[in-house]
Amino acid sequence: MNFDFSDDQRLLQDEVRKMLADTSTSAEIRRVLDGRTAYAETVWRNLIDMGAAAAAIPESYGGAGLGYLELCLVAEEAGRHLAPVPLASSFYLAAEALLKGGSEAQKQRWLPRIARGELIATAALGGGETYLATPALRFADGTLSGRAAVVADGMVARLAVLRAGDDLVLVDLQSPGVTRKPLSSLDPTRPQAELNFSATPAEPLRGEMRGADLAARVLDGAAVLLAFEQVGGAARILDISRDYSLERKAFGRQIGSFQALKHKMADIYTRNELARVHAYYGAWALAADAPELPLAAAAARVAATTAYKHAAEEGIEIHGGIGFTWEMDCHLYLRRSRHLGQLIGSEHAWRDRLAQQLITEAA
Amino acid sequence: MDFKDTPEEAAYRGQVRTWLETHGQRRRSADQVFGEGLDDAAKLAAAKAWQARKARAGYAAITWPKEMGGQGGTAMQEVIYKQEEAAYLVPRMIFENSLGQCLPTIATWALPELKARHLAKGIAGDEIWCQLFSEPAAGSDTGGIRTRAEKQGDHWVINGQKAWTSGAHFCDYGILLARSDWDKPKQEGLTMFILDMKAPGVAIRPIHQMSGESEFNEVFLNDVRIADTHRLGPECGGWKVMLSTLMHERLAVGGHLPTDLHTVLIDLARKCQWNGKPAIEDARVRAHVADAFLLQHGVELIIARGLTALSKGKAPGPEMSITKLVAAKAMQDISSFALELAGPEGALSHESIGQDWNYMQRLWLGAPGARVAGGTDEVMKNVIAERVLGMPGEIRTDRKIPFREL
Repeated sequence: MNFDFSDDQRLLQDEVRKMLADTSTSAEIRRVLDGRTAYAETVWRNLIDMGAAAAAIPESYGGAGLGYLELCLVAEEAGRHLAPVPLASSFYLAAEALLKGGSEAQKQRWLPRIARGELIATAALGGGETYLATPALRFADGTLSGRAAVVADGMVARLAVLRAGDDLVLVDLQSPGVTRKPLSSLDPTRPQAELNFSATPAEPLRGEMRGADLAARVLDGAAVLLAFEQVGGAARILDISRDYSLERKAFGRQIGSFQALKHKMADIYTRNELARVHAYYGAWALAADAPELPLAAAAARVAATTAYKHAAEEGIEIHGGIGFTWEMDCHLYLRRSRHLGQLIGSEHAWRDRLAQQLITEAA
Repeated sequence: MDFKDTPEEAAYRGQVRTWLETHGQRRRSADQVFGEGLDDAAKLAAAKAWQARKARAGYAAITWPKEMGGQGGTAMQEVIYKQEEAAYLVPRMIFENSLGQCLPTIATWALPELKARHLAKGIAGDEIWCQLFSEPAAGSDTGGIRTRAEKQGDHWVINGQKAWTSGAHFCDYGILLARSDWDKPKQEGLTMFILDMKAPGVAIRPIHQMSGESEFNEVFLNDVRIADTHRLGPECGGWKVMLSTLMHERLAVGGHLPTDLHTVLIDLARKCQWNGKPAIEDARVRAHVADAFLLQHGVELIIARGLTALSKGKAPGPEMSITKLVAAKAMQDISSFALELAGPEGALSHESIGQDWNYMQRLWLGAPGARVAGGTDEVMKNVIAERVLGMPGEIRTDRKIPFREL
């Protein structure tokens, strides 16, 4: 039984953690929050230069060639420090879509530039839920038309992987016929945009998998990686809340000595640790490309989404009034839990995917 | 990261499997139990015979040091043996307290001649031990013990009542915590003893549980005499001895849940109709199926992390402390929802609605006990908050006051 990360993997995690503690500071995150920049450039540059962001991209495509277990731990730290960077867009989603579904030429052309941070890539592969009446993207005769309603990092991305009917298509966003509109998000530290296409040249990703299967496979991997970000964020807000409860006094005592708060934090810890082991299991399935991946990914997604949401909500509650102020960082975690929890579809859609697999298995 | 044995672990597992195949009887179904059809005396004799066979083969005290009669093996070997044995019809809840708590306490604190007299017999199952700490007024607060130990020359005279004693009715000896000094604060006036369960003045009465079973007893102690040589540790040192007893439980890897909970739920939901359609097609039912899996598999994975630490020769991490809390509540919530699937019919007992429902009904009736046993949910949350998260302990008003004044 070896259900844990190796010492070398933990070493990488420690290095990333130290770097992010120094650079992904509250002040830096707030530059993005206030719209002064689209992402934290120094944090991004450091994640690229350390080989952390491209941990799972093979060396033959310019990556660090480490693996998914390493990338999972990078993700945990990115989540813990609320890193306001396009890590999920470029690496969990776009690079993965290229790796799993791109032709050799497409991989050679784009992956090294993504890995080296020369360009930012993004992907919008669609959840099951929508509200905005968006005409579906149409891909025909090598051109893409229509609208992608919500694309993370859409204002700064150079390359996008989008779902058009049964295809996943690759679009160079510097091509003609592309217009972008910034959107206002509940988590402004992770900006989103609307992309419009008018007869824009695009290429299909035509690997061995059909479009829908390819999208599902990429989303499963992203669910695991995002679960690590969620677990990292949930653990951090618990730490912050615990520390505050030991400092703050009311009724002549540390508020952390009241059983109501002790039990609340024990509950947060319990949900966090359940989410953590589901994320670990997802990491194993992703790294081993195991047949259990769809089940493990859905379980990690649901457990981590609910845990982070709960931790972020209760973290503010533990702080009391001060937690509701703009100056305290509590709301940054609440906002990030919202962003991560919906980026690739809500927990409800993923819970039903999980149930469907369990029911099929039990047939 | 993987879920495989190391080569040494695989070799040990192979050896255990071979031995069990030769000597054990494989269970035919999940609900088959050891000694079905035997009366209590015959069942106990069969259990003792099995334990003796295990002891001869070196599987009864795997992790104990050789000088105590054990094998000097690793915690992981113990876990591997238990995993393999689970597929066989073996006695349960008979030797656990002897081997897990009482005999290690004897090995640490008893006089050499008593160790020589009891350890080998205990390992071989000739003697069975129980643990007598809890009392009607000392449950979560073990320090509140009121059973009285009075010294008279070279003997002690014991009077009082113990509660929730597992297996007292078939045990030969017990370790008993009693109050020897009423002028000291609660935890400082306690002393630990070896009690002969057949001694004059010991009366045992089974507790009739709400589930219908009787796994525990009340033990009444009326002028029971214990020689001072049978004291464990110093006079008024009982609290420290008790903590050492509970330390030996650290190998027990916490609560666990049956792995088939969600499949049983799916099976029942397929058989029930909701508004003319199989209940399994309803989104609410599907959400419960997913959540049941998340809890059950989550606990299993936390245990896998604990085993990973053991496999590397380390202590399991703090996350192990949540398993009992999660498992007991999950058992209650999942079984409760399962019964609801059948609407008004689901409130019938399995004798009327059918055998399909027996399993979930048993879990539902047993869950309140599981939530209380070994620490209520609230005690477990205090443990997590204080030991894992480093929160302040509860304010205690009774700590420095002589017990007789409380």
